[in-house]
Amino acid sequence: MTSASASKKSTKNQISPIITINKLNKWFGKFHVLKDIDLEVNKTEKIVICGPSGSGKSTLIRCINRLEVHQEGTIIVDGTELTDDVKQINEIRSDVGMVFQHFNLFPHLTVLENCTLAPIWVRKKSKLEADELAMELLTKVRIPDQAKKYPGQLSGGQQQRVAIARALCMQPRVMLFDEPTSALDPEMIKEVLETMIELAESGMTMIVVTHEMGFANKVADRVIFMDEGQIVEQNDPKNFFNNPKSDRTKLFLSQILNH
Amino acid sequence: MTETLSKFQKIPDREPPSSTVGMLAWVRINLFGTTTNTITTLLFLYVIYLFLPPFLDWAIFNANISGSDRSVCDENKSGACWTFVKVRFEQLLFGLYFATNPDQIWRPITALFTFGIILTPLLFEKTPFKKWLLLILLTAYPVFFIFIVYGGAFGIPVSDTGQWGGFLLTFALAFVGIVLALPLGILLALGRRSQMPVIRALSVTYIEFWRGTPLITILFMASVMLPLFFPSGVDFDKVVRAMIGITLFQSAYTAEAVRGGLQAIDKGQTEASMALGLGYWKRTIFIILPQALKISIPAIVNTFIALFKDTSLVSIIGLLDLLKMSQSASRSLEWNGYDIEGYLFAGFVFWACCYGMSSYSQKLERKLDTEGRTE
Repeated sequence: MTSASASKKSTKNQISPIITINKLNKWFGKFHVLKDIDLEVNKTEKIVICGPSGSGKSTLIRCINRLEVHQEGTIIVDGTELTDDVKQINEIRSDVGMVFQHFNLFPHLTVLENCTLAPIWVRKKSKLEADELAMELLTKVRIPDQAKKYPGQLSGGQQQRVAIARALCMQPRVMLFDEPTSALDPEMIKEVLETMIELAESGMTMIVVTHEMGFANKVADRVIFMDEGQIVEQNDPKNFFNNPKSDRTKLFLSQILNH
Repeated sequence: MTETLSKFQKIPDREPPSSTVGMLAWVRINLFGTTTNTITTLLFLYVIYLFLPPFLDWAIFNANISGSDRSVCDENKSGACWTFVKVRFEQLLFGLYFATNPDQIWRPITALFTFGIILTPLLFEKTPFKKWLLLILLTAYPVFFIFIVYGGAFGIPVSDTGQWGGFLLTFALAFVGIVLALPLGILLALGRRSQMPVIRALSVTYIEFWRGTPLITILFMASVMLPLFFPSGVDFDKVVRAMIGITLFQSAYTAEAVRGGLQAIDKGQTEASMALGLGYWKRTIFIILPQALKISIPAIVNTFIALFKDTSLVSIIGLLDLLKMSQSASRSLEWNGYDIEGYLFAGFVFWACCYGMSSYSQKLERKLDTEGRTE
């Protein structure tokens, strides 16, 4: 219900966009990866982006925290436009959490230190405060007992949950997920998805690049399908899965749902 | 329904067969496992039998150590003449000034002992306040060293650096070279991987210039050419010039060792720390360097060991380091002919220091290994 009204953005003072992307274009050398992307994400909205590999979906969310630099168009995150200003970029990054396909935990630091480093050095929290917050969030992702271990001693699913906790420790306003379950064994996908569902229920704004269509169906307010660097189609999950409007979407869905 | 499912039963773990564990099994498998292996082992044992007993006879069982001049050694030629090393010990370790001024010999002894006292606790894992000890070693200790060895204050007579020699000089050159080259090398390695073209170009030029020049050339330049650029009255110290030359040279090598570590770090580490809002220096100091330095420990220590031995090249500009001192002592009138003993002694001291560095680096690698990379 909320999703339909949110995407229409009828009452601006109630539901304001936290991310506004306007005519975004990006090239890797001569390769045109993103073409005229327009996207608005509202507070508490959950967006799932899917599409074949090479469609530009990862690049798109990596542009939102400037892990990739775009060449044309504007990206405004929480009222601040992304430019070359390093200070502004770091401010936006500290407000936008990201979870990666390969976890990217810091292997030389314990789980707890992974979670407290940025709060201490970016948010200027005291060690005590940061420890408390980290333990609270590690409890939320159900691995408080692993706090003193190193990432290498954990299973893939546990590592990804630590990565989620690490991002949450910065108390971000938006969370980006770049194929968070693609590198996991089937038995571990479930525990990570459950954590993400709980996070979604708590009201976090989320943009998730994933092939987990069950997750999309359950959590997403909007599903976006990308191909060849373009947004081909976006809709609420029910309509997206049941009556796709584009033949390209139809082909994609038939391929991933029938394998 | 459920009766069709059989219950999963775990087979209990058993001990490995006794023929594959223990000392004897190890010897049988590793030394006499195959025909080639057996032949190699026997051949090796034979070589040891051929060379080791005669060497031990010469170096230990028939060796001379008594007396204070060469008469004992000249009577018994079948053994080594450690008397020479014993009599010239102060000269070999501390150089001519301290050897000829016995009332001053406490100075280098105190300096080297202090180094040992600060360093030893650093080698143990459980030591508290390690960071502070290291800081003392890197900052207060050099000041203390100059104060006590060079002198010139509090009634301690000046011992001119030109008079420094032996192990003391080797130590001073290597210490300065290592301590200054590491931070400089890290900065150069970061510079070489910088996004800024100017910084990158400067770093590459620096590294390639110093790495492409032999250390002997650099020492020559430091000793002969450098004074030409200064007004005639200004003459700064020969040892200091050698230290500068060695540091500049060494930092280029250290930089390349560190760069190897930097390149091995996954891009995801940088991205994850960027995504958390950490700026360049914070992510470099907290995330990238700790991992990169850990990986490059073997390469860095390798350059340090090379540097330690390369300090003996300063003999080319007239400084008497441990090696040159052993040589010149064994060529003195009193001891002419006993240069093998001198070289062996110098070689042993070099080996002990280098082996110490190497062992410590291996211990450090194991300690820092949180990913289970090494067995």
